[in-house]
Amino acid sequence: MRKVNQKGWFFVLPVLILVAFNALVPMMTVVNYSVQETFGNNQFFWHGLGWFQDILRSERFHAALGRQFLFTFLILVIEVPLGVIIALSMPRKGFWVPVCLVTMALPMLIPWNVVGAMWNIFTLPDIGLLGYFMNHVLGIDYNMTRSPFAAWVTIITMDVWHWTSLVVLLCYAGLVSIPDAYYQAAKIDGASNWAVFRYIQLPKMKQVLTIAVLLRFMDSFNVYTEPFVLTGGGPGNSTTLLSIDLVKIALGQFDLGPAAAMSLIYFAITLFVSWLFYTLMTRHDVK
Amino acid sequence: MQKRSIIPILYILFLMLPIYWLVAMSFKTTQEILGGFSLFPQTWTLASYKTIFTDPTWYWGYINSILYVTINTVISVTVALPAAYAFSRYRFLGDKQLFFWLLTNRMAPAAVFALPFFQLYSAMELFDTHIAVALAHCLFNIPLAVWILEGFMGGVPKELDETAFVDGYSFPRFFTQIFLPTIKAGVGVAAFFCFMFSWVELLLAKTLTAVYAKPIAATMTRTASSAGYELGLLAAAGTLTIIPGAIVIWFVRNYIAKGFALGRV
Amino acid sequence: MAKITLDKLRHSYMPDPRGASDYALKEINLDWQDGGAYALLGPSGCGKSTLLNIISGLLIPSEGRILFDGTDVTGLPPDRRNIAQVFQFPVIYDTMTVYDNLAFPLRNRGVDEGRVKARVEEIAAILEVTEMLGTRAANLSPDNKQKISMGRGLVRDDVNVIMFDEPLTVIDPHLKWKLRSKLKELHQKVKVTMIYVTHDQTEALTFADQVVVMQDGEVVQIGTPVDLFERPAHTFVGHFIGSPGMNVLPAEVKDGAAYFNGEHVALEGAIAPGSGRHEIGVRPEFVTLSATGLPATVRKVMDLGRHSVVEAMAGTTKINAVVEGAAPGQGEAVHLSFRPDQTRLYRDGWIASDKERAA
Repeated sequence: MRKVNQKGWFFVLPVLILVAFNALVPMMTVVNYSVQETFGNNQFFWHGLGWFQDILRSERFHAALGRQFLFTFLILVIEVPLGVIIALSMPRKGFWVPVCLVTMALPMLIPWNVVGAMWNIFTLPDIGLLGYFMNHVLGIDYNMTRSPFAAWVTIITMDVWHWTSLVVLLCYAGLVSIPDAYYQAAKIDGASNWAVFRYIQLPKMKQVLTIAVLLRFMDSFNVYTEPFVLTGGGPGNSTTLLSIDLVKIALGQFDLGPAAAMSLIYFAITLFVSWLFYTLMTRHDVK
Repeated sequence: MQKRSIIPILYILFLMLPIYWLVAMSFKTTQEILGGFSLFPQTWTLASYKTIFTDPTWYWGYINSILYVTINTVISVTVALPAAYAFSRYRFLGDKQLFFWLLTNRMAPAAVFALPFFQLYSAMELFDTHIAVALAHCLFNIPLAVWILEGFMGGVPKELDETAFVDGYSFPRFFTQIFLPTIKAGVGVAAFFCFMFSWVELLLAKTLTAVYAKPIAATMTRTASSAGYELGLLAAAGTLTIIPGAIVIWFVRNYIAKGFALGRV
Repeated sequence: MAKITLDKLRHSYMPDPRGASDYALKEINLDWQDGGAYALLGPSGCGKSTLLNIISGLLIPSEGRILFDGTDVTGLPPDRRNIAQVFQFPVIYDTMTVYDNLAFPLRNRGVDEGRVKARVEEIAAILEVTEMLGTRAANLSPDNKQKISMGRGLVRDDVNVIMFDEPLTVIDPHLKWKLRSKLKELHQKVKVTMIYVTHDQTEALTFADQVVVMQDGEVVQIGTPVDLFERPAHTFVGHFIGSPGMNVLPAEVKDGAAYFNGEHVALEGAIAPGSGRHEIGVRPEFVTLSATGLPATVRKVMDLGRHSVVEAMAGTTKINAVVEGAAPGQGEAVHLSFRPDQTRLYRDGWIASDKERAA
């Protein structure tokens, strides 16, 4: 049992100050903007919940939100199973383990706009490796500046490339923590590969898988830099995800009120869905 | 070799292809890049790298990035250590709520904060300094560091603390001489993650800088848009941004699996 | 149920073993009788777990064969050998109930549900876990978890052998005894061959009818607990079993008689011909203090309640004696005498005196 000791507050004080400074002040600024209207010249007027109503009724917001959910849904549906499969087929010991871990972690350590730029270069129709291969070897018309479908395939592939390793490494960490005796007992009990996965590996991975799904949800729902650098939200608005749209409104059009209201709605959705995921995935532990 | 090892091999191949293309392109001449498709550089050139290492706007971008990332990592881990200790050892009023609140800060879309951050740091006259970016990145790195360290500290039996206090160690001496060495793997992993997230984040870093603290990756964006298609230069700069990550990851390779489980498996 | 035969078994973890030291198991020939309760006893790293994993099929031996009732099973995987194994740490399927845990090995083999239910209930009754059948296995205490992993072995009625790999390691001391007697009781009820691996002599001697003692990848002695205690075939067994272990004194052999520090020592019988490094072995229980005999000085006395262990020095050699009643004081000069029919000669570690032949 941990000791009750209010001295704990003293220990967390520096963290509290730094994070609160970075989180609360900007948050207050955002809240402040979200209820005001301005006509420039730094003059602000009370606008109540008007911006929130506008945003929630706006077609543009609905469309961006829809695209955002589709993106995040596809990301989770592809990356989580893929990550599990790759983790299951990785070696458990030996020379190849660090090699796998290091190479797999590499994409996560590349600055996000470099990731976007890299995929841009990679997919250029005539001089990029993938673009050339698609257009000139397979004969598929592939140009993401023209085709929304190609643009979607590319941002999804890029995110899979960038982040599947996170799921892999988390699952792998869960898998290596299973003692050999479990596999041996299962062998003796005559369990099939599927039964081993279902009753030994999956339960042991559950905790890390919860973390993986949560992180992947949060990060893909908030994604900005990579798709922005890659497609700029286009062609048209086809890949304008929520945060890309938000930045367009806030910094492009400088509509601070709507942008602030949208930020808060956005944040609330992220929090709510994260909470929902967390509650659903840990529901069984309570029993 | 087992049949199933084909899966990781294919996956790693998929991961390496875009990186290969970036690196290959950085050694090509501009004419070759624009002239058509070639799998390997036909005429190897270091011209792009030479430009980066001789033009101060380029190499300072590099130095700037490393500076603020380092400052951020040091701050994050230093303040997270005592906090993580408190969360793992003490109960205090509101501890659970505080822990949860810290974690929610990872959920805030960086885009939400970009503009207020700009105003906040301008008001404090910290705009375009390394410390501004380092402080801003604390928003998501401190919660992460606290979380990871708390996980590692939870694995250290409390008897260690008690024994040390019985032996007459003062708290600071116990913490630095006994406790820290015990969880040094955790400190390494936490530092790695702080480094990683500070290194890859750009939206805030770009918003908070203009000239003097501009990160390398932001300099790249300028090239891509303004100076036309200097793809070779872009590729070389991109290649250079991969190197620090690769070096850091090599150091923590033995802890990485455990680190990704945040010490909690 | 089956008789298990190990035929010229050798195993090395190295791909290309050269000398004897490269082998984790040096040639082993052994028969385990059907329905026996065996213990495999030895210090850590002696190869007992390797041997166990070879019998269960988790490991394929480098050389030699394993026969179940005369049928070669060396190449068969564990699930086709019909064996069961209980591990050092309880292995249970966390997400299942106790019932499903016990049913798991049967369901994997396609047994119909009616039969599964009957068997699970029967085994649960024997193990006294009936009232836990509906609970999630993850919530059990370690000793109950260990019972469930035993149950998964017992639930199959065609099982050839159940093997226990130091199963009491994580159990609380006061429950160890309970679980151990439960095991003994189980063996009498179900009459399956059981092999119990341990480094704890008490566990081995109380559980088994036959104890196999191993050292450095070799079987040193097989026998009943009484055999092992009274007539160790190797000085190692003498050391390892008994508390304190057997006294081993450096000896010289001249004209068929044994001498220690120049004094003649009477043995149980004739010395087998041969030469090598000789030692005299006698258990502390058979060393008495007497008026005449080997002169020695008392160095330490440990009072153990009903008797005392007297540690005496004869020259530079330490000799323990178990003394009932009043013990001498520290530093006192005493004389020790050995009971001749319990005093043996060892040559290069192995017994070299013959009980059947008079000296």
